[in-house]
Amino acid sequence: MTQDSKVKHPLAIRWFHWLNFPLLSLMIWSGLLIYWANDSIFAFPEWFYERTHLGFRLAEGMSYHFLLMWLFALNGVCYVSYTIVSGEWRELVPGKGALRQAFQVVLHDLGIRKEPLPEAKFNAAQQIAYTGVVVMGLGSLLSGLAIYRPIQLSFITQALGGYTTARFIHFALTVGYVGFFFMHVGQVIKAGWPNFRAMVTGHE
Amino acid sequence: MNSNRRSFLKFGLAGAAVVGGLSQLLKISPHEFNERVTRKLLGAGRLAPTFARDKAREPKENGGVGLDEEAGDWSLKIEAPGLATRTMSIDEVKALPRVEMTTELMCIEGWSEVVHWTGTPLRHIAPPNAPEYVSLATPDESYYVGLDLESALHPQTLLAWEMNGQPLSSEHGAPLRLVIPVKYGIKNIKRVGSIGFSPERPKDYWAERGYDWYSGL
Repeated sequence: MTQDSKVKHPLAIRWFHWLNFPLLSLMIWSGLLIYWANDSIFAFPEWFYERTHLGFRLAEGMSYHFLLMWLFALNGVCYVSYTIVSGEWRELVPGKGALRQAFQVVLHDLGIRKEPLPEAKFNAAQQIAYTGVVVMGLGSLLSGLAIYRPIQLSFITQALGGYTTARFIHFALTVGYVGFFFMHVGQVIKAGWPNFRAMVTGHE
Repeated sequence: MNSNRRSFLKFGLAGAAVVGGLSQLLKISPHEFNERVTRKLLGAGRLAPTFARDKAREPKENGGVGLDEEAGDWSLKIEAPGLATRTMSIDEVKALPRVEMTTELMCIEGWSEVVHWTGTPLRHIAPPNAPEYVSLATPDESYYVGLDLESALHPQTLLAWEMNGQPLSSEHGAPLRLVIPVKYGIKNIKRVGSIGFSPERPKDYWAERGYDWYSGL
């Protein structure tokens, strides 16, 4: 491995990725400070709020959430724009037959299917996951706007099925990110050190 | 030092800078910035969606501050710069043009309820060329809200005396309360005792406790 070996992940993508990690974490944390005030979708047990110090902080949560939302959205817009302009999207967007291939990846990962996977930067399961999480991000942005300004942006709120439904969508997507996080970290551990290093240094 | 080590070192430094930057950033209150941006982009002029009358339900009785004393000999005091203070009896308020509407009351806690209201638009008591802000307080002045003029003069901003076809109960702010669908419930002050028009931004009970002064929806 030398300095001029080919870059696997461009510097811009590594920045967007590693900025997104603290930003999304803080969005989920401040979102939970808000959610505590009306936990009608899923009632966390009392000890959960006590241990995590998430209770009785609605004003603070709204303040943080409505500050960081700008950075979170901006980072997402920059990331998507970059992948389009650089052509990187071709590696990321699932192609034809991606579902069938992704199923084979799952069988492979579970050790059921022994044949090696086709050579590609991202396999079909990764493409679906990485594109899916961006679509989820768009969903969070839209459902977030729908509950942030439900009157002045009532056309978004109504399109999402009303205030309560938009709030549910916003929450469900967050549960989705937590699921994505555990899957993602599990796969990174499984893929090994050089793969992780590439997301930091750019080189495998 | 090989390039890998250098890259990880840079990653660590950049990470520390990001974490440091974010923790500094969290000290900023975004409310006034967001108010400016959203007022410029969206304003407060759009009408809140209305619902069929039979969708209306009884909302929770959140917020009892300022309701300790019974309404008794209630009258509404109205103050505006350059004008003598007026008082209105409940019958005088009810003689103003009557509006009925079924809108969604949205609590800042995150729940909402469709409610049918009867009242008169606040703009009927506003002086001509009213200044930029409006303040409302309970008779004992223990609960008070501030509004921007645009939201206060919104056609769906009502001084209401009936909820779901019944006179307001004491807990819901008898004899007269504010209903302002373009704001969170915290601005829908119960048992309004006084209304003031002023060029300065009025104090607001929940804004003093860390919430967004504007609280627009």
